[in-house]
Amino acid sequence: MDTYMTTIAVASIVTSGITISIGVIGPAISEGRAVATALSSLAQQPDASATITRTLFVGLAMIESLSIYCFVVSMILIFANPFWNSAIV
Amino acid sequence: MRLSPDELIFWQYGFIKLNATIMYTWGLMLIMIVSSKIITSKLSSGLNRSIWQNFLEIIVTTILTQIEQVGLSRPRKYLGFLGTLFLSIAVASLCTIIPDYEPPTGSLSTTAALAISVFVAVPIFGIEEQGVGEYLRSYTEPTLIMLPFNIISEISRTLALAIRLFGNMMSGTMIIAILLTITPFFFPIFMTALGLLTGMVQAYIFSILATVYIAAATRTHKAKPEIGE
Repeated sequence: MDTYMTTIAVASIVTSGITISIGVIGPAISEGRAVATALSSLAQQPDASATITRTLFVGLAMIESLSIYCFVVSMILIFANPFWNSAIV
Repeated sequence: MRLSPDELIFWQYGFIKLNATIMYTWGLMLIMIVSSKIITSKLSSGLNRSIWQNFLEIIVTTILTQIEQVGLSRPRKYLGFLGTLFLSIAVASLCTIIPDYEPPTGSLSTTAALAISVFVAVPIFGIEEQGVGEYLRSYTEPTLIMLPFNIISEISRTLALAIRLFGNMMSGTMIIAILLTITPFFFPIFMTALGLLTGMVQAYIFSILATVYIAAATRTHKAKPEIGE
């Protein structure tokens, strides 16, 4: 049915755009704050730089993974959309 | 546009498929095993070493230092597992330099396999260090009500490990593929370099997280000292 295919297509594309754009706001702000705090604590205690750097990277990876989840959902909606595949058949 | 190297199939016999993920993984295994066999065939402990032996020694001692810094008291015991995790993900990401190559960690099957091996290894190391009763009792720390939450956190951090690595690798290859259709000359080179950097960081993150989980599972709880005495 052509109307259903159009609806599915429009809904998936709009949703994937909104998902990725809203989803990276939070992680971006918090990563900026994490790096800023790490820099100021490095300035206060330069000889703990190995520990601070390692903890910073682990923390950044944890925060980054949330935006990766949003990206994966967005990619699934565009490229591996189950409703689109079943609507074509 | 291909979502993962799983979809590129070289040979198929009924149910069994040889796809690009498996072939690239075998190629990486071949490279790493053959090169380390060649380098370690003539080891010397004097001052006169080959460059490659020095290179391998730097890698091994750095990994040992990192494992010790996270808090594991005998790093040699865990060097095999954690070093293999780091090296396989790092080499898989480094080989992006070779044209026509896609990292096998860009497929959810590879990253899920790595995350499941960490999920299985953490209780094994914990039971080996603490004994079955002590290790199972650590799930009820600090109170018994936390038991379902501890179990859920084990499962969810395994899932997070798999998806973090998969998402980072897949996004790198997908951005390069998209850019190649738009601006074919210089911009994809920068994105490949960025993909290399994030690949190495993700290899480090994966192995450090595995180390932290193992350290949390093998931390022996000594008897708490009495307050005030």
